[in-house]
Amino acid sequence: MTERPTGETAPGGVAASAIDLTKTYGKGEAEVRALDGVTVDLMTGEFTAVMGPSGSGKSTLMHCLAALDTPTSGEAVVDGTSLGRLKDKDLTTLRRERVGFVFQSFNLVPTLSAEENILLPLSLANRKPDREWFDQVVTAVGLRDRLGHRPSEMSGGQQQRVACARALVSKPSIVFADEPTGNLDSTSSAEVLGFLRRSVDEFGQTVVMVTHDPVAASYTDRVLFLADGRIVDELRSPDRDQILDKMARLQDAAAAKAAG
Amino acid sequence: MLRLTWRNLLARKVRLLMSTLAIVLGIGFLAGVMTFSSGLNKTFDNILEGSTSDAVVRPAGDLQGANAGVSTSQVVTPADVDELAALPQVKEAVGSIDGVGSFLLGKDDKLVGGQGAPTLAFNYAPSENIAGEQILELSAGRWPEKPGEVVLDTSSAERGSYGLGDTVSLIVPSGKDPERKFTLVGTADFNGGGTAGATLVLLDTAEAQDIFLDGQDAFTTVSLTAADGVSQQQLADAAKTVAPKGFTAVTGDEVVKESQQQIGQFLDVISYFLVAFAVIAIVVGAFIIFNTFSILVSQRVRESALLRALGASKRQVTRSVLVEAFLMAIVGSTLGLLLGLGLSRALAGLFRTFGLDIAGEVLTLTPFTIVAGYVVGIVVTMLAAYVPARRAAKVPPVAAMRDDLVVQEKGMTRRLVLGSIAMVIGTALAAAGLAGAPGTDAIWIGAGAVIWVVTTAVLAPVLGHPVLVACRSVFGRLFRTPGRLAGENALRNPRRTGATASALMIGLAVVSAVGVLASSLGATQDKIVDKEFTADFLVQMPTFQGFPARYGNEMEKINGIAEVSRQQGSPVSVEVPGRAKPDQSFAAAVDPAFFKVYDLKMLDGRASVTGDQVLLSKSRASDYEAGVGDTIEVAFPGGRTIPLEVSGIFEPTPTTSGITVPFSVFAEAGIKRSDSSISITLADGADRNAVKSDLEYTVKDLPILSVQDKEEFKDLISGQVNQLLYVIYGLLALAVVIAVIGIVNTLGLSVLERTREIGLLRAVGLSRRKLRWMITLESVAIAVLGAVLGMALGLVIGVVLRESLKDDLTELSLPLGSLVAFLVVAVLFGVLAAVVPAIRASRMKVLQAIATD
Repeated sequence: MTERPTGETAPGGVAASAIDLTKTYGKGEAEVRALDGVTVDLMTGEFTAVMGPSGSGKSTLMHCLAALDTPTSGEAVVDGTSLGRLKDKDLTTLRRERVGFVFQSFNLVPTLSAEENILLPLSLANRKPDREWFDQVVTAVGLRDRLGHRPSEMSGGQQQRVACARALVSKPSIVFADEPTGNLDSTSSAEVLGFLRRSVDEFGQTVVMVTHDPVAASYTDRVLFLADGRIVDELRSPDRDQILDKMARLQDAAAAKAAG
Repeated sequence: MLRLTWRNLLARKVRLLMSTLAIVLGIGFLAGVMTFSSGLNKTFDNILEGSTSDAVVRPAGDLQGANAGVSTSQVVTPADVDELAALPQVKEAVGSIDGVGSFLLGKDDKLVGGQGAPTLAFNYAPSENIAGEQILELSAGRWPEKPGEVVLDTSSAERGSYGLGDTVSLIVPSGKDPERKFTLVGTADFNGGGTAGATLVLLDTAEAQDIFLDGQDAFTTVSLTAADGVSQQQLADAAKTVAPKGFTAVTGDEVVKESQQQIGQFLDVISYFLVAFAVIAIVVGAFIIFNTFSILVSQRVRESALLRALGASKRQVTRSVLVEAFLMAIVGSTLGLLLGLGLSRALAGLFRTFGLDIAGEVLTLTPFTIVAGYVVGIVVTMLAAYVPARRAAKVPPVAAMRDDLVVQEKGMTRRLVLGSIAMVIGTALAAAGLAGAPGTDAIWIGAGAVIWVVTTAVLAPVLGHPVLVACRSVFGRLFRTPGRLAGENALRNPRRTGATASALMIGLAVVSAVGVLASSLGATQDKIVDKEFTADFLVQMPTFQGFPARYGNEMEKINGIAEVSRQQGSPVSVEVPGRAKPDQSFAAAVDPAFFKVYDLKMLDGRASVTGDQVLLSKSRASDYEAGVGDTIEVAFPGGRTIPLEVSGIFEPTPTTSGITVPFSVFAEAGIKRSDSSISITLADGADRNAVKSDLEYTVKDLPILSVQDKEEFKDLISGQVNQLLYVIYGLLALAVVIAVIGIVNTLGLSVLERTREIGLLRAVGLSRRKLRWMITLESVAIAVLGAVLGMALGLVIGVVLRESLKDDLTELSLPLGSLVAFLVVAVLFGVLAAVVPAIRASRMKVLQAIATD
């Protein structure tokens, strides 16, 4: 099995971990192993990127850890809670209170204003927002003058920053971002990534981001590389060239496997 | 293109099934009432034709007393019958005794046949109908042969739980024993099948003469059968020559025609009434179809654009949507017709409980009904789908390659302007009606109301805004975020919400308008009873039929009574100067005590009548152009015409007829004495309860004859108003059910459209329960919008209609309690409509929902 990567330089403990996670789709001949026994700890206060070629299982790993999907076997633990035994109601509560999400697109409820969207997880939990924290987050994403706008009145980058603010406002244990810059131009991407980086540095937030963009990954502390449902490599404090190099090797391996 | 259409139908089968259901229900209701009406007509035709002989010798004149429950003293002797039988044109002459005023009691001593159809008592004598068959057919046992034996119709025997050999109780109008006992020796039915609910009581001839003709050996009419080769006309002409004085002979065809005309008016009212509700149901259905296609088309923008990009013409796109609608209409109408057949049987069952018996075999789909069902179904569906189909074609081909797709819809401004203009036109029509434009006021107001309803439907997206905003704020306060989101969702597509709510709005507008009229009618009648009915007790049948005079005679002997005033009613016809046909009206005979009990407001002359005198109401007097001292010619059943001197003119009152005469006039006309109502006042210091129980004791053998004080009389009237109101509500319930289906449909489509949003909400922490709440509350918002718009409009229409009927409905009363109940019901329907869409939404897998594009 894979060796268990540990976060030696991590400032705190484990925010989420996967223990021998397996996820298969279909049956018999048509069986696809999206995750093939993944074991990994995601450390508190770190910005982690998950990379890999298409079909490597990076999104599945994130969905399983984020309580959006259930693994076929193995265990996903978020903030000390094992997800396997939780019912839908408890999973919902867990998502609402301990996990933040940023999706690739369609992150906001079109009928609500930016402010209402940001506060949505809190209002669903009937919790009073921490006004000071809210102000801090809003200032950080630079949307103070856009709070009353509806998503349709904002640019893609602005919308994505609102989504980031929403992910942070409930002070979750961990934020999962699924290709958050996939639909953005480079300027907007830089704004969003810059904000995620700052949330880790300044607020001590834990962020896990799935991406296939080496530039995006270069903002992180640690990059996990997946191929065929397994973790095959990892980089600490990566730069863009290292990432490109690793990715190119993974692509080649995949191509060789397909040819062979 | 056809294959694509077919694929589309299959792919969206659930959604189309729901809107097909709207067609099925609408057409089903239409076909149902049409089948029922034609069955009703056929039932009566069969009975009339099956029970009428070639010719009938009967009292001369236009008025046939027996039809109106009045018996006259003219009779035919056996010698007259023999003389008729001796005519060469006559094969057979059978004397019959048509008894009026008897009631059959069931084993439980309750009246058989309820309060609708009459009890027909007559002597049994075999005779043939027009078709040459026996009028009556025995279904069990044998015919009555001697006094003390009786034959009933099959259904009445069943309803009275009588078997052959049982002792049957009959209340009879005269003789020493009001309640007579007979042995049931057989059951029989009219050849035409069924009795339409009437109770048939067949007696031995001698006994019928004893009961109905005080023992005279005589008959009231003679049925004639023609000899071979003799026509009905020849037969009647020959019979006329020997008919006794005061009698004439008429052909069987004429008798059938007369009765058909009489019954036809009543049947037509039922048909129009039912068809009106079918039309409402279909209009509501059209809204649902329109809405479904609008949503389907907007969801298919990309597909339409792709088709256009691939070279399909605008017409082809439009046609593909219309063909879809056409196929849906065919399926819906077919199912609707089948449903209609079932529905007509159910309606027949309902009418059976009112005492109107309709045989199942006459309830078949006529070719006309089938054609009408398909034509209406197809035309309405195609019309409703046309606008969305055109919209689909307007999608530019480039939309296939774009991400943000919206179907271009015209702005609200145009809608608002056109709607406001239409609103003004509707108001002008209604105002014209109120101001007394030529013709019936109600028609003007009705036309205005229809325009209002349509305009409100068109303007619902604008008019509904404040209601939905209010819903959002209330829901937000009560249910926090899910409530707030539900309010936003209802607001985000005003057209869709408006059109969905409009379907409900139509039903509730009619319900509320009817509610205002019924409530005003109730208030008006309460006031009239309070003001005009100065008697302490009223004795009458719930059907206002006549009852034997002996009850009144008994009551006059009771201690503690000041006055007993008795009234009898009879149809009459009055010659009106300058008019070809005499005026058919109703006269009341009153005794001198009447003027002591009731205080007629006299406009001219004196408040009393004696001898050959008549009192006229103001409206009758102006109809007949008669003043005090003038003489009018009044014809009575039995053929007697009596000139009467007008002795006074009074303000119309419900306490007596517009033509009021002394009892002596009825006696002169040969009308047999019975009472139709008795008014009683208490003597000073008498014990009200004691007198009431004494009065009740006198009528104990005729349980349906009731002694009512003022409050009970009010309850009786309001009970009758309410009964009609509930029937109307029941019929409108179908329109509401169709509207609810519309809400289910819209919600289902909206949920599908918002799959990703729902996924997102679930991901960020919306629980399943709260998601269900969110969808339910959106449904409630739509239902409340429909209810509020409908009730507001209905109130306006009701108040305006009441205003135009001010002469009859003097009081305006708003049914506030009912309105609250309607709102509650609307909320419940909203909750109900959301059940399936909410469950479907909450079952969505979060991840798949987010990943959907």
